[in-house]
Amino acid sequence: MTAPLLEVDDLHTTFRTPRGAMRAVDGVSLSLAAGETLGIVGESGSGKSVLGRTIMGLITNGPATQVTGSVRLAGVDVHGVKQARRRELWGTTVAMVFQDPMTSLNPVKRVGLHLTESLRLHRGLSKGAARERAVELLRQVGIPEPARRAGQYPHELSGGMRQRVVIAMALACDPQLLIADEPTTALDVTVQKQILDLLQSLAERLDMATILVSHDLGTVAGRTDRVAVMYAGRVAESAATDAVFGTPRHPYSQALIESIPSIESRPHSLLATIEGSPPNMLAPPAGCRFAARCRYAVDRCRVEAPALEPRGAAAGSVVACHFPLTAPLQHQRQEVGA
Amino acid sequence: MTRKLALRVGELVLVLLIVSLGVFSLMALLPGDPAVAILGAGQPPEAYTELRQQLGLDEPTFSRYLDWLASAVQGDLGRSVVPPQSEVVDRIVSALPVSLQIAVMGLVMAMVIAVPVAMWSAYHEGGKVDRLIGAGTFALLSVPSFLAGLLLIMLVVNGTGWFPRSEWVRLGEGDLLGNLHHAFLPALTVALAELAMFARVLRGDLITTLREDFILAARAKGMPPLRVLFSDALRPSSFSLVTLMGLSLGRLIGSTVIVEYLFSLPGMGSLVVNAANQGDFPMVQGAVLVIAVLYVLINAGIDLSYGYLDPRTRRAHV
Repeated sequence: MTAPLLEVDDLHTTFRTPRGAMRAVDGVSLSLAAGETLGIVGESGSGKSVLGRTIMGLITNGPATQVTGSVRLAGVDVHGVKQARRRELWGTTVAMVFQDPMTSLNPVKRVGLHLTESLRLHRGLSKGAARERAVELLRQVGIPEPARRAGQYPHELSGGMRQRVVIAMALACDPQLLIADEPTTALDVTVQKQILDLLQSLAERLDMATILVSHDLGTVAGRTDRVAVMYAGRVAESAATDAVFGTPRHPYSQALIESIPSIESRPHSLLATIEGSPPNMLAPPAGCRFAARCRYAVDRCRVEAPALEPRGAAAGSVVACHFPLTAPLQHQRQEVGA
Repeated sequence: MTRKLALRVGELVLVLLIVSLGVFSLMALLPGDPAVAILGAGQPPEAYTELRQQLGLDEPTFSRYLDWLASAVQGDLGRSVVPPQSEVVDRIVSALPVSLQIAVMGLVMAMVIAVPVAMWSAYHEGGKVDRLIGAGTFALLSVPSFLAGLLLIMLVVNGTGWFPRSEWVRLGEGDLLGNLHHAFLPALTVALAELAMFARVLRGDLITTLREDFILAARAKGMPPLRVLFSDALRPSSFSLVTLMGLSLGRLIGSTVIVEYLFSLPGMGSLVVNAANQGDFPMVQGAVLVIAVLYVLINAGIDLSYGYLDPRTRRAHV
């Protein structure tokens, strides 16, 4: 068996703040095979974006940050190597698509230059060859008149077009892993679907592993092989996407799925919500981090933190709950996000 | 585009007209009688009246303004009223290059020092060097230029003898090295006063830019940090700096009097101050007009440069 493309082992990312240590990622382990797609889902502040950036090594040990645990990406220990070596991975082995296309392109650089500069850096292409490849990339991400667009500035493009450029930028040097950090959050709903479809088809065509980070379960449903649900810096549940949506085993996953409004719900019915708010990550609670908001919590949950274990389910499925749920959800949610 | 340009030029002409009116009325509104200033007190009243007539001061102010403006447009700013009554234009033509050279050289020196310092400081924000630079620029800001100039003369000129204190060597009279040799210290004095402000402003803007998503995105592409700093961060951060530089250049042309006195330079600042002391109103009007026109033109040029610095402003402007 070949080693997985990405192996994250007991990763912790802690920010030193004036008010104390903020544990944004607090012991996450996961692995991803080549060509596989993983959804990372969680609410704001659950640590999913920080996790993505730590995996890539954009966040690393420094005066204000502490990273422990390990990330192995295509055989390279991302946090154990020198900065220069890590930079060689960026763009070529792992690339990132950021949340807001309005701010992730340099306003004073032409669209084409965003693409050609990494082609010339990593691939050593000549000016002309890089330009040709850039236009080809723009065509690939579905930008009409790519040659003309390459000569324009980011502000001359719409939000959806800009996100396509950001995707083209990430794909420029054929990365094996693409981390898409909330790639559609800043976009119109109709554009969201187009961008997600584009990402999905590109990942399949280029046989590229993808991590799709989102706060929106609907985004990852039907588009990923597996889902990791994050809560307060930890993975609450990780399993095949269908399994999580069909039979969520963690009460938090269940609550999340139930809070997706369904097209079949009666008009003016109350939206299901999760009471309370996530714990303060400067001083996280001792037991299960979801206990305070969990409708099934008992005393044990409040003192003993549950480990992330298979707990009797199919291989590759793990849950961090003392009392995992077993019954399938009543509502069929498969149509969501399709 | 043509219409835009025409509007822009019209705007400029209007501003220049207002400036000229301001310059002219400044002298007209000023207390004191030029005739008294020129002849001195205690002369018979007829002498003053005669001189006023001679200078055209007995005519209505507005018609005098129109006459003055009409000749100014043709490049004639009149004659000095103080012996040897030389042409105002000639005096300005001889003084302006000195001031321009000191101002431009000073600004170039300030930029050459301030930009790398600010970049280093912003890149290592909060580090030891950054704090040291912060303290250093703050100290420089509080040193008045006469003190900096005096210190330079004391330490460098008198201390080492590397720099001459003799007569100014004109630019374009063959001896370029001699000229630069003379200009170096006055320009450095000017630079010291400006560079601290430049460095602080650029550092602040760079720090803001470095927090932008597109910087993270550039890093995530594997661009080396220094390249990100130069090619992604510097240009979007340079607005305030360029604006400040334009204002400085305009200001420095007419107001380096102290530096000019310290280094005995025949520049615009001393020209204006001497003329004002002697009541030489055509000289003051002419010199101030030239300075003001340059100021307006320089800042119009700065406005144009925004289009290069940020393509987003190219359309937004009327």
